[in-house]
Amino acid sequence: MTTRFTKDHEYIRVEGATAVVGITNYAQEQLGDIVFVELPAVGKVLKQGDEAAVVESVKAASEIYAPASGTVTEVNAALSGEPGLVNADSEGAGWMFKMTLSAPAEVDGLLDDAAYAEISK
Amino acid sequence: MTDAPTELLKTVLLDGKHRALGGRMVPFSGYSLPVQYPTGIIAEHKWTREHAGLFDVSHMGPSFLEISGKTGDPEADHAAAAAVVETLVCGDIKGLKPGQIRYTLLLNDTGGTLDDLMIARSPRFPGTLYIVVNAGTKENDFRLIAEAAGGKAKFTRADDGALLALQGPEAAAVMADFLPATTGLGFMTYGSFEWRDARLMISRSGYTGEDGFEMLVPANHAAAVWDALLADPRVKPIGLGARDSLRLEAGLPLYGHDLDETISPTEAGLNFAVSKRRREAADFPGATRIVREFGGELNRIRVGLLVEGAPARDGADILGPDGAVVGKITSGGFSPSLNRAIALGFVPPGLSAAGTQLAVSVRGRAQPATVAPLPFVPHRYFRKPA
Repeated sequence: MTTRFTKDHEYIRVEGATAVVGITNYAQEQLGDIVFVELPAVGKVLKQGDEAAVVESVKAASEIYAPASGTVTEVNAALSGEPGLVNADSEGAGWMFKMTLSAPAEVDGLLDDAAYAEISK
Repeated sequence: MTDAPTELLKTVLLDGKHRALGGRMVPFSGYSLPVQYPTGIIAEHKWTREHAGLFDVSHMGPSFLEISGKTGDPEADHAAAAAVVETLVCGDIKGLKPGQIRYTLLLNDTGGTLDDLMIARSPRFPGTLYIVVNAGTKENDFRLIAEAAGGKAKFTRADDGALLALQGPEAAAVMADFLPATTGLGFMTYGSFEWRDARLMISRSGYTGEDGFEMLVPANHAAAVWDALLADPRVKPIGLGARDSLRLEAGLPLYGHDLDETISPTEAGLNFAVSKRRREAADFPGATRIVREFGGELNRIRVGLLVEGAPARDGADILGPDGAVVGKITSGGFSPSLNRAIALGFVPPGLSAAGTQLAVSVRGRAQPATVAPLPFVPHRYFRKPA
């Protein structure tokens, strides 16, 4: 299991053939109370950097980009009833979607723990 | 280098207090102000609806206008001061009683709104008005009022102190301990009160839909008043984020969004702010248009919308039953009290009845939206027993 980060504050956790995507704890702190999450359709094909989801805080909407290319296989349905899960546990129960990766090597180009810690200080 | 350099932002007197409380400082109307404290906007919003929230609104523009060459007749001196500002606004300022406050609108020659503001008649000094304008429009408003004053009146800005708002159902109980005499104020009146060795201008007013008070505090007492109020366990500091969600639930317009230089008071649903006397005299800027709109020739009107799904923000299109664009959202967001998206926007009068089914376009998708009566959350202003 490898977790990598984007400079836009998404995380991607690769677990075997699939990857879990969400926003980092730092990102949820910066956004404040999240009141709505718009998730991609299952089956949607994403290229790295494509807009994949939208999180709405009380103040504003923020786009969530695909950290890597692939196909959406599952979305976190719990977020439609309880978007605050992203605040409470962004890297656990507040995950957003799962995907199969079409170019797994892209993940190697993302930020590791140390590099992400550096930009989210 | 296109971003405004942050060093040009002005700071409020209590900047250090906000930072010490963990306030997240953001630029707003040229000032650095806390959008929220660590508990977050929803918790702050709910606290204000249930207890009492303390807001620093020192970026706004308090000021005084005092007529020159007083006659000594209180009514004549007040009428002379009112006549100066009535050239700019549509409200009945002449009819104010001592200590009474009126919400009114500063208009341009085409009946568009330059600002919404509060004008009050001094409870103590005949011929003096207390005027509070919005931060973003402050310099232009002050210039217009000073020009209108000319040689007839002295105009003094008073935005060098702190302006604090205490809002919520427990605000009056907090004030009963802080400065008991203030609880005798009726809604939309103000008085001058001694606190320690300072004189505070305190009004029973606010912009959250709750009972509450607003206090103009001299600079050298700002920190002490802030600390004294926050020492009460019923009071928590509240940032701009909750200030916005509270006023949105209360259906109150925000200048720069729901009011601008093209929008008339009639279109904004603020007919109550255009007094009968002024309308009959048609003696304010843009009166021709506004009188015509009162007569029914209205192209658009502000409505509240209950939005299904994601919040529809300022600028989103409103779609009619056939899918055509019929208007625009001017304020929108999430209502913590109702746990759903709500919005304000403008639609043709024929589509403005409560219950009308419309849609809003959010990220290219139409989401159902229903016209709702305003306010979304009932006002709970203090009404003095008769």
